[in-house]
Amino acid sequence: MSAASLPETAPILPAEVVAKIEAELPNYPVKKGAMMNSLHHVQQALGWIPREAMVEVAALLEVRPIEVLEVVTFYPMFRDKPVGRHHLEFCRNLSCALLGARQLVRHCETKLGIRSGETTPDGKFSIAEAECLGSCGSAPMLMLEDHFHENLTVEKLDLLLDSLD
Amino acid sequence: MPAMPWLLPEDGVDLSMLADYQARGGYETARAAIRDKKPEEVTAIVKDSGLRGRGGAGFPTGLKWTFMPPPDGKARYIACNADESEPGTFKDRQILERNPHQLVEGLMLMGYAIHATAAHIYIRGEFAQPFYRLRRAVDDAYAAGLIGKGVFGEGRDFDIVITRGAGAYICGEETGLMESVEGKKGQPRKKPPFPAQAGLWARPTTVNNVETVAHVPFIVREGVAAFRAVGTEKCPGKTIYGISGHVVRPGTYELPIGVTLRELIYQYAGGIRNGRALKAVIPGGSSAPVLAADKIDVKADPESLREVKSVLGTGAVIVMDETTCMVRAALTVSRFYRHESCGQCTQCREGTGWSDRIIKRIEAGEGVPEDLAVLDDLVRALDGQTICALADAASWAAGGFLRVFRDEFVRHIEEKRCPLPESFEP
Repeated sequence: MSAASLPETAPILPAEVVAKIEAELPNYPVKKGAMMNSLHHVQQALGWIPREAMVEVAALLEVRPIEVLEVVTFYPMFRDKPVGRHHLEFCRNLSCALLGARQLVRHCETKLGIRSGETTPDGKFSIAEAECLGSCGSAPMLMLEDHFHENLTVEKLDLLLDSLD
Repeated sequence: MPAMPWLLPEDGVDLSMLADYQARGGYETARAAIRDKKPEEVTAIVKDSGLRGRGGAGFPTGLKWTFMPPPDGKARYIACNADESEPGTFKDRQILERNPHQLVEGLMLMGYAIHATAAHIYIRGEFAQPFYRLRRAVDDAYAAGLIGKGVFGEGRDFDIVITRGAGAYICGEETGLMESVEGKKGQPRKKPPFPAQAGLWARPTTVNNVETVAHVPFIVREGVAAFRAVGTEKCPGKTIYGISGHVVRPGTYELPIGVTLRELIYQYAGGIRNGRALKAVIPGGSSAPVLAADKIDVKADPESLREVKSVLGTGAVIVMDETTCMVRAALTVSRFYRHESCGQCTQCREGTGWSDRIIKRIEAGEGVPEDLAVLDDLVRALDGQTICALADAASWAAGGFLRVFRDEFVRHIEEKRCPLPESFEP
């Protein structure tokens, strides 16, 4: 199959994301330094980081695609698979666990009909567990994208879930 | 006019906007120091103050600054550790949210003192809201001409760059942090070389924690005597203690170093919830060996805690009541180190996994007597053998539970079940 017969695919990164990545580059003496912030920009736009995005990021940072893949797979926050529209991350570390984090996770699993680590069939919710999120004085809690929901109770969790489209 | 804070403003007050910070006298200290003092004088003040790092290791800050080689006209860096991920710790977050300009001013003073050309702040990825606040503070400082071109004098620029982490505890280790700022996996480097010799992009770098840097404006403004007037002889000043777990009023409390655990738990945090009895306390984040309830008259300073076989660490106090199964507590902590091991060193990669699997079996009632000897051996094998201190931390944590509450492990093995079924679940 010759290169001429391969279909052209549109770039996966939206123009705004490319612009954000390019704005990071002058802050570092080596472009690779923009890796972490660039991947956050990608994940905020796409919800996860597909392989095609990794290739495009690599080109912008002038590194090989493997150098992006190894970073995406090393860091727990970076997702190389899609998750639910609302990705609920419950802290499971000691201070939160002492105050009932596991019960909250179980309640969520029952209410949504999925286990921790899974996504609902309609793609709306996914449940995950995180290590200490630095909210020990307002435990237990969960992280939903850019926001912490702290001092959680079963009632507050229900309110939150019911409020999400 | 209310005074500039030592570290945090009064409860309910937020100084994250530049105008509010300046209304308190913010940035006057840095401006005056750059105008009137030599860089070496600023370093000497910080050294004489006796300030020790607040990131967990307690290394003398001013001394660390003197490790930087003489300037050579090329890039030199501060790496500011805002990765705050030690379980139980949430103090740097308060500074980032309510007083980020004091961090910026501290970075200016530090940058001036050690001839840095830029500060790279590394903030954990999950702190999204604190990141937005910090970014606005830095942007506003640039717009006001406080940082940027020529701020330290002719041809002496100072920039601040913020890099977001993405969930790896190991990036709170100073060399793991630098690897991540460089855009790589956060796998720690061997030392030597130390950061002052070869840090970010192999250039001289000094790494300091957010709370440590945020101390500098107070120390330079108020002076060594004022700082040393509180705290202990070997660890002067104040710190932001955190307290969580089974207490009535969890939260952060900025106090002179050396308050006792009893005062923290009962006076400040309102005692144990639900009228229960205290059983155990971790005094300094999960890497600090656990203490039994009879030890709480110890002062929360590095020297006093060492005498009871623990550490001050990040001053993150985790309180456990009488319902708590200590094997479940050990399991929650061992699961964390297993997850966070970067995998480079065999002892850590295999040791954290192996000890977690054993503790899990014991907790589930499937332990055998030989397990304790294996765990003791793992605790020894994890300590002092690896590129970085994560394995040491895992060793101290597990070793603490095994030493102080060994009887609970034995009971799980003999009874083939958890003898405290009402305990929290990991």
